[in-house]
Amino acid sequence: MAQKTPEQINEDLLRPLSGTSGRYLIVLAFLAGIVIAALCSFFWQVYAGLGVSGLRSPVFWGFYITNFVFWIGLSHAGTLISAILRLANATWRRPVTRCAEVITVFALSIGATFPVIHLGRPWLAFWLFPYPSERGIWPNIRSPLLWDFFAINTYLISSVTFLLLPMLPDLALVRDRAAGWKKKVYSVLALGWTGTPKQWNRLERAMHIMAIAVIPVAVSVHSIVSWDFAMAPVPMWHSTIFAPYFVAGAIFSGIAALILAMACLRKFLHLEEYLLPIHFENLGKLLLVMSLLWFYFVFAERLTAWYGNDPSEMTVFWVTQTGSFSPLFWLMVLCNFVIPFPLLAIKKTRTILGTSIASVTVVIGMWLERYLIIVPSLSHKYLPYSWGTYRPTWVELTITAGTFAAMVMLYMIFSKLVPIISIWELKVGLREEAHPAPALAPSHTQPNEVGAD
Amino acid sequence: MAHQWGMVIDLDRCTGCAACVVACHAENNISTVGEDQAARGRAKHWIRVERYYEGEFPDVRVKFMPVLCQQCDAAPCEPVCPTFASYHTIEGLNGQVYNRCIGTRYCANACPYNVRFFNFYNPEWDKPLNLQLNPDVSVRSVGIMEKCTFCVQRIKASEIQAEAEKRAVKDGEIQPACVQSCSPHAMVFGDLSDPQSEVSRLARSSRGTKLLGELGTQPKVTYLQRESWHGAENA
Repeated sequence: MAQKTPEQINEDLLRPLSGTSGRYLIVLAFLAGIVIAALCSFFWQVYAGLGVSGLRSPVFWGFYITNFVFWIGLSHAGTLISAILRLANATWRRPVTRCAEVITVFALSIGATFPVIHLGRPWLAFWLFPYPSERGIWPNIRSPLLWDFFAINTYLISSVTFLLLPMLPDLALVRDRAAGWKKKVYSVLALGWTGTPKQWNRLERAMHIMAIAVIPVAVSVHSIVSWDFAMAPVPMWHSTIFAPYFVAGAIFSGIAALILAMACLRKFLHLEEYLLPIHFENLGKLLLVMSLLWFYFVFAERLTAWYGNDPSEMTVFWVTQTGSFSPLFWLMVLCNFVIPFPLLAIKKTRTILGTSIASVTVVIGMWLERYLIIVPSLSHKYLPYSWGTYRPTWVELTITAGTFAAMVMLYMIFSKLVPIISIWELKVGLREEAHPAPALAPSHTQPNEVGAD
Repeated sequence: MAHQWGMVIDLDRCTGCAACVVACHAENNISTVGEDQAARGRAKHWIRVERYYEGEFPDVRVKFMPVLCQQCDAAPCEPVCPTFASYHTIEGLNGQVYNRCIGTRYCANACPYNVRFFNFYNPEWDKPLNLQLNPDVSVRSVGIMEKCTFCVQRIKASEIQAEAEKRAVKDGEIQPACVQSCSPHAMVFGDLSDPQSEVSRLARSSRGTKLLGELGTQPKVTYLQRESWHGAENA
């Protein structure tokens, strides 16, 4: 990137905002069709009753809660990774942070809809808000679902802030080059950013505080999601390993999602000179570490359960290990470890294509992991007389497909409205290469006027 | 001290006739879901008779075990409810306030006994069953959980009657529908806080066990296990 001038950076990264191709609109329409189908399915479910789903006694949670955990997990891509890279002052992070933070905001918004979608009476979901009501009752603070409610809202607010703050200089840049109604819209979005030293100073300080604050928030969110399960006396759920296991799994799937998003952006927005093989190489190494960590957690969890030999736990253990759920279990191991491990461990295959393939399998594998945590345990609780099976219906499948389509659609729209790579941060990087900062000085505190270019 | 309602079920007396199941449906306005939905696991039986087979053929016997809400003192279903729909009453029942329920179904997952039921559809009654709805029991709509109440409407009626007559509730005065319909008298209901009540005496039996008591749920239903199958030689 050293050879790029600030003008070229403006040119390259503002290009996606200037117009859309026919192919883009066709893809968008196709995705919108799936989302509308999912919305219709949801309204049909509300109208007819939850009986149109495949849920039954005793498997009262199925695809919806699987998707909930999956999307909340995916949301750990952005904010957490971006915050860690910012705090570690990893200079290669500059083109990566924004596309990561966007994943968080959208994946979290999508994930947060599932607790409502799965409700028996979704129109009463607002009863989780603590407000003085005519019903004379507050929500139950002992319930992990209420912890979820607060954790997810906190995370959503902080990750939206974390995304919007460093967008301000870029929005101002777009504003200055826009005309007509667009200028008005971006003027509002840029919140009066003019690039004065005072504003830069405040932005840097705010980002520093947010980067530190958002890490415990992100860790708490997925710990609490895991406690939705770990707090219930259900075989293989009631485990102390769940919180760290879920957080590690979330970061694992989050990095995979980030690599996939970057590979797509690189190809479709022609950002080959910005999202470089080194970014995929570095994220690939992170993914490799998380893959090993995931394997370690699964092994530790399984070994402890097996050695403990509790009859109810062993029922669930064997049904996933060798029983009816075993094809899914071993597919999960294949997707989360056997395929990605060699791809990411061998330098030759740790390419853009190699890391992308590994990321696809990890995303599939991590979805399966959540399914395998929820369904086998619920279908094999203590009393064998009431065991049951679960199959999703078209309603659940459509809604699931709809959320994937919604994610891609939102991402596509966003990349046309805001520069998906932070322009001002790249320029800061350019200046630093030209004028190396004295060692140990925090580099992000120096250049104050770069956004004015 | 408030009453602590409890039950004893003698598995030596239970014949597996399922009269309790039918009586419960009739008393508590539990809708039948039909053959197709029942096969999909949507049947709602607040009490069910579980069948277990013991021994090797031909030396086999069937064990019938009626399972209903155990009205646990440390109930896993209660703390997990975000809206206080499931809560502990002062008389030790696991109450379910239908109007508060938003249908997270968390309580049903947390319950180790699988005795909480969800209304996947709005209830319907095949004619002429619609004519026998019990006016003392509310009908539950789609999207909420329901469960055994120990026939709380009968408990309340007896308590109000006793209060009006300025006397205590007599032992055996209250009979939930399942207990009333049990012809072999396998089920006994009463006040566990009264050590002289029939249910307290039977609960102290050496045959008494708690279902999944090892989970620490402190059930208020005591099962009296069957006498040894082969008599003394296997005892």
